Formats: sequence, C-alpha cells, structure tokens
Amino acid sequence: MAADSATHAFPLPAILEYPSSTPPQLITQGAEGRLYKSTYLLPSIPCALKYRPPKPWRHPVLDARLTRHRILAEARNLAKCRREGVPVPTVYAIDESAGWLMMEWVAGVPVRAAINEWLQRRRDAERAEGRSGDAIVEGTRDADADLVALLRRIAAAVGRMHKIGIIHGDLTTSNMMLRPWERGKEPANGHNVEGDGLLEGDIVIIDFGLASQSTSEEDRAVDLYVLERAFTSTHSRAEKLFTTILESEYREAFKQAPIVLKKLEDVRMRGRKRSMLG
Amino acid sequence: MAAPVDRIPSDALIALGCEGSANKLGIGIIAHDPTTGKSSVLANIRHTFVSPPGTGFLPKDTARHHRSFFVQVARSALRAAGIPPSRLACICYTKGPGMGAPLQSVAVAARTLSLLWDKPLVGVNHCVGHIEMGREITGAGNPVVLYVSGGNSQVIAYAEQRYRIFGETLDIAVGNCLDRFARTLNISNDPAPGHNIEQLAKQAVADGILLDLPYAVKGMDCSFSGILAAADGLAAQMQEQDAREARGEPAVDEAAGEVRITPARLCYSLQETVFAMLVEITERAMAHVGSAQVLIVGGVGCNERLQAMMGQMAAERGGSVYATDERFCIDNGIMIAHAGLLAFETGFRTPLAESTCTQRFRTDEVHVKWRD
Repeated sequence: MAADSATHAFPLPAILEYPSSTPPQLITQGAEGRLYKSTYLLPSIPCALKYRPPKPWRHPVLDARLTRHRILAEARNLAKCRREGVPVPTVYAIDESAGWLMMEWVAGVPVRAAINEWLQRRRDAERAEGRSGDAIVEGTRDADADLVALLRRIAAAVGRMHKIGIIHGDLTTSNMMLRPWERGKEPANGHNVEGDGLLEGDIVIIDFGLASQSTSEEDRAVDLYVLERAFTSTHSRAEKLFTTILESEYREAFKQAPIVLKKLEDVRMRGRKRSMLG
Repeated sequence: MAAPVDRIPSDALIALGCEGSANKLGIGIIAHDPTTGKSSVLANIRHTFVSPPGTGFLPKDTARHHRSFFVQVARSALRAAGIPPSRLACICYTKGPGMGAPLQSVAVAARTLSLLWDKPLVGVNHCVGHIEMGREITGAGNPVVLYVSGGNSQVIAYAEQRYRIFGETLDIAVGNCLDRFARTLNISNDPAPGHNIEQLAKQAVADGILLDLPYAVKGMDCSFSGILAAADGLAAQMQEQDAREARGEPAVDEAAGEVRITPARLCYSLQETVFAMLVEITERAMAHVGSAQVLIVGGVGCNERLQAMMGQMAAERGGSVYATDERFCIDNGIMIAHAGLLAFETGFRTPLAESTCTQRFRTDEVHVKWRD
C-alpha cells in the first residue's frame, strides 16, 4: 500500500480500517464529504462509501446534528427512489452516527466531465475548420444529436424523480453519472450510433445529501433552477439548448410538470432581478 | 499614505473613484503603472453615516450625508494623493447595485466632477469593484469569491469573461441579518453593527453553548430571514428570562432543560450558524469548479471568525483563503477607481447621457473584458 499515500492523506473512517483484500480507494473529496471505493461482502462487489467527516470549522453540536440528519435523509430518499424506479445507487449499509453510508458502485463518468469533453472536442473540430470555436451549441446539427439525446435523458430522469416527490436539492451535472450501457442493451432513443460514444449511457442521479421530500411546485421549480444555473455556469455554450430541452422533455414527465415550468419562470425572475443593496 | 507625485511614472493612468451605494461615502485615487502592471493606492478616504442604536440607515438621511460630505472627502482624497485634477484619466462612480437615493447623490457629484475637470466617466458595478480590489490586494489569481455584505451574499466564480453567480441568498443578505439583529439587541452601530456582534460573540466562545437556530442551505443558495426571525424569538425569550430574574424568580426552568439566553450567546450562535452556511456553500462551489482558492470580500468579510472558518475549510481542501482588512473589505472608493480603471483601459466609457445609476445591477451583467 505504499503507492497510495495520497489516498491516506486523510484519516480513514473507522469502518474502512478493517483488514481487507481490496484496500479502500479515495475517489473524491466532494463538498460534503469523501467518497471511497471499497467492496461489500465479497471482493467482487464494489461499493461506494460516503463518509461525512466532522467539519472542524463548524460548531460540534451543529456539525453532529447536520451530519446525522443528512445521512438519514439521504438513505431514506435513495431507498424511495430505488423503490419507485428512479435510477439511483442502491443503499447497502448505514451508520448515521459514525457519518457513513455504503451504497452500490456506479460505473461510468460524471455527466459534467462527459459534456465538457464533448464541448472541447466540438471546439477543436470548429477550430480545425478555421472558426473561433466558441459558437453557441444550437442542437440542430447532426453532430449535436448525442448531446440533445443526453439532455433529454437528464430532463426525463429529473422528471421521474420529481414525479415521486423527491427534491434533489443540489442538482448539478457533477451529481449525475453516465453509466455505460451493457453491450447489446443500448436503447433506441435517438442517440447517434455513428458518434464517438462519449455521451452514451444511462443517467444515474447521485448524491442525495441535500434531498428532501416534497411535491410542491415551488420546490420542484427551485430544484430545476439550481440545475439550470449550475449548467449555465459550467457549460455556458449549451445553456440555451439545455433550457429548451429541459422544458420540452420535463413537461411530459408527470401531470403537474407544466405548472412547475410556469413556476420556474417566476423563480428565474426572482433570482435575476432581486433587489441588491450594498 | 500620501504617495509623492514624483514617484508615479508620468505615463501612469490615474483614476478617482466615488462610492456611495450604502452608508459609506468613499473616494479613492489609484494609479496603474502601464509598464509593470502594478497599481498603487494614492488615497482612500471614507466617511460613514452612523445611525443611532436600534435604527438602521434610511435612504434619505444617507443621501443627505453623502451630499454634505462629498466635497470635503474629495478634497482630502486629492490632498492625500498629492495630484492635481488635471492628472486624472477618468472619474469612476458606482452605477449600482445599492440604495437609490445615496447612489443618485454620488452619481450627480461624479458627473459634476467630470464636467468641471473635463474627464470621462466610468460607471462601475459595485460587486465587481469588490472582487477586483480583493484580487488586486491579495494577489489571488482565479479564486472562488464569497461576497458578503449588508446588501449582498453571493458565491461567485469567473468563467468566460463574466463573474458568474453560483449561489446567493434567497432573501436578505447575511450582513442585513446581522445588522437587524444588532437592532433587536440595541447594539451600537458604531463603527459597525457586525463588528460589535463579533466582539460580543467572543464572550461566549469559552462555554461554547449553541442556541438552536434553523440552518437554511438549499443547494448553493441560502436563506437568512427565517434565522433572523428565530433569533429575534430567542431575544424575546431572553427578555422574559430577564424579567423573571428582576422579579426575584429563577430566570430559567432548569428541570425542563432551559438554557439561560444572553446577548453574547445569541450573537455567538447566530454567527456560528450563518457563517457555517456561508462556508458550506462556498465549499460546494469550490468542489464544483475544482478551485482551492477562496477570496472573501464585502463588509462581512472583515469578520475574523468567518475568515478563520473559511481558512480551516480551505486548508482541508489543500488551498487557502484570501481576505483583506477593513480598508478594502468595507465599501470604499478605491475599489471603484480600480475596477473603473480596468474597464477604462479596455476602452470602456460611460457617456454623460447614460451616466445613470440603478438599484438592480447583477454581478453577471458586466462584461469582464480585462480578463481572459
């Protein structure tokens, strides 16, 4: 285990200190906590362990309250999504007072990375053709079909989650994985079979750390607004396309969806034109 | 402070900036050396309108303050800089966001200077002024910016020539929450209500009792009005406890687990809660954009507890926090001069006919032409 000194720069949570044939691997230090890759029961079953370490900058009472509350809420919401057929990782085990949650390992890359890689390739291609490479992605070119199909799948997944009364609370493209399709199981959903395969796969929504249960239009609209703004700030060239597709695809997801989209307009106005003194 | 005029290279561009979007009237003079790219602060004068304890600053009184002190502050700025008005390249002023009446008084004064000395005007976004000044003073290259003041609470990251807002308050600003709570407790507004809350909170650090307040983070946004209402509720409870004590009864029902509420504990709990929220949304933005640098600007950025919490968070992520002291954190004229001069150098001018001001001016509306 000499090679992974970087992995062990942080103290491991107690649960990962047991001897194991597959050493835990630190995948990422997110905002909320650390994600380790380990195994569950058998060395052949990979799992993700989400550990919320104590935050030394936060008051210990507040920290314990938030950690406990969030781990429990996350597990409940994941379980509900799973039961209702929303693609999320399955919960394997939990210890809310120790601050960890163990769940299914989702293969693939985050949607954010896939889209950025795709936009980068598009830019390179445009530059190769002698253009500036910062054109807005309209979604009308054949080459854009993959992105359009991916954005549709994102909107549909979010729609399904909202339909069952779950609000994610931190919808960003970093919190969605693109799980590669098993060979021979690719759906016929308009994705470009001739393409580079960069944007292929099922959307799996992850990180329910800020999720809550609600069926109010307002909460759903705010959830969409968070996604829209996160999208705008990370993939600004595809911003308009995203908004268009979100609105058309989400509308079909459940009965109240059109009302939510109407509400989204109000939320946008509030967000952008709020009086700012100071 | 006064930099002798002979030390400024003759080809340096010098700008005068006028700020008055809230209760501070500030006039600053900055020089940009075109060969070294360095900037030097020639003058940074501020005069603050302080309202009595228990009250806030009203727009009309604040505007009257700015009108009364503008000439005096402008004269001392020029004197401190030791330059004649003819040496200026442009007059910069705060276009917004801010309170209408104070903004207007300062815009009128800036227009007057522009006509009097025949210098072009540059209208500046107040928030961008804070960000650019923070970057200049601290040397932070491309940080995630937490902008927290009496009117704004935003988490900002730069992308493609805009300062993009990742998260912000959904209702009142964090500084407004603190200021208004200071009014509830009748704490002095001198030098600033937030400063006095910070001092009071230090008295409660030793026992570290955290009173229960809501914690309102939604994604990268947060909300403060509910926390203020809850804190006001606890303050009312404290007065009941005080009244019981005055009657010779026990102040708290210890059997029921009631805690004695004191102003210090209230201030401490309020700070711990709202700052934890701010650090959390900043951390989330840092994780999202993959940055380890964080810059705190705005009046609340002076708070040492906030800086310490942010520093611990950034250190854990292998980064660091950049903060400035009250000279540059709190509203000032120099930041307007600096951001205005950056825009001026890219050819930006505000024609007299368009030299208006506006209460609503989003940070992401500004085209940041001077960055890649």
